[in-house]
Amino acid sequence: MEIEKYSMTPLNEIDAAEGLRISSLMAASQHPIPDPDSWLDEEISRNVLVTTVDYVLDWARSRSIFPLMFGLACCAFEMIGTAASRFDISRFGMDIFRWSPRQADLMIVAGTLTWKMAPAVKLVYEQMPEPKWVIAMGQCSISGGPFKESYSVVPGINRIIPVDVYVPGCPPRPESLLYGITKIHQKIVKESIKRA
Amino acid sequence: MTVALKCEQVAKKIVKASPGAVIAADSTAIVVKSESLYQVAEFLKNTPALGFDYLANLTAVDYLDYFEVVYNLVSLQHNHSLVLKTRCRDRDKPAVPSVVSLWRSADFQEREIYDLMGIVFDGHPNLKRLLLWEGFVGHPLRRDYL
Repeated sequence: MEIEKYSMTPLNEIDAAEGLRISSLMAASQHPIPDPDSWLDEEISRNVLVTTVDYVLDWARSRSIFPLMFGLACCAFEMIGTAASRFDISRFGMDIFRWSPRQADLMIVAGTLTWKMAPAVKLVYEQMPEPKWVIAMGQCSISGGPFKESYSVVPGINRIIPVDVYVPGCPPRPESLLYGITKIHQKIVKESIKRA
Repeated sequence: MTVALKCEQVAKKIVKASPGAVIAADSTAIVVKSESLYQVAEFLKNTPALGFDYLANLTAVDYLDYFEVVYNLVSLQHNHSLVLKTRCRDRDKPAVPSVVSLWRSADFQEREIYDLMGIVFDGHPNLKRLLLWEGFVGHPLRRDYL
């Protein structure tokens, strides 16, 4: 009797309204709503850019140079300073100095090159994949510097490998190296796939 | 602080052990004949009162008339030091006995001196160029090298 008494409780108005809402929503939702994909065509048409392969390729290359970790003498410290937070080489897309020549495309030869070291430098240069660029940093790598007449120093690394940009100084300030890097950018932007 | 031993007193001990070995001795260094260099070095290392167990530096000087090879010896036990020198006059093939069997640190130093000065160390286990490459002509630290 008790159970029947409870089940016979008169209907609450609020509950009745809720029940109506649910059953009407259920009745209206018998089919899935179509995905809102009408904008897709318009978006694709907006994404087509009219440009040249050269422009895109050079743009991508010049803003993602990976330099090779390569210090031969005291110039290396200025190069490390350039890479650190004060001068912040990452601003130019050169995120990390690579340890392997196979992952690098810019070689910054920082320091005095001796004839005994020269075969190793040539080998590392040849291990780098194309396209590749070389910066000669400091007087020693440009021309041998004060050791030009020496019996053991290479008088300029352009005897060993082709050089794209020379950055003078003894050692050059990090600003000079950054300027040299922007020169490399300008050089890359002028390249064309026709030549390569 | 390492005490520099009085060279005259050490020279007297050397003369007692191997007569005729010492050419000259002043307050800074002892100069010995190159033939008896190994004996003297052995004496300096193995005599307990001297006990030179560490060769701190080994270098050579070109005086044009002769080469002088300089041994900077240190005793870590007694904390004293000594400068030993020897000379060789032959410019074409100067030779000095090797002390690698007494002090292992002489190995690279003797190779460097051979490389840059051209002094041959008799009895060295691996006497070849250290800093320059095989096939290099001449010895660039000589004063007549151009």
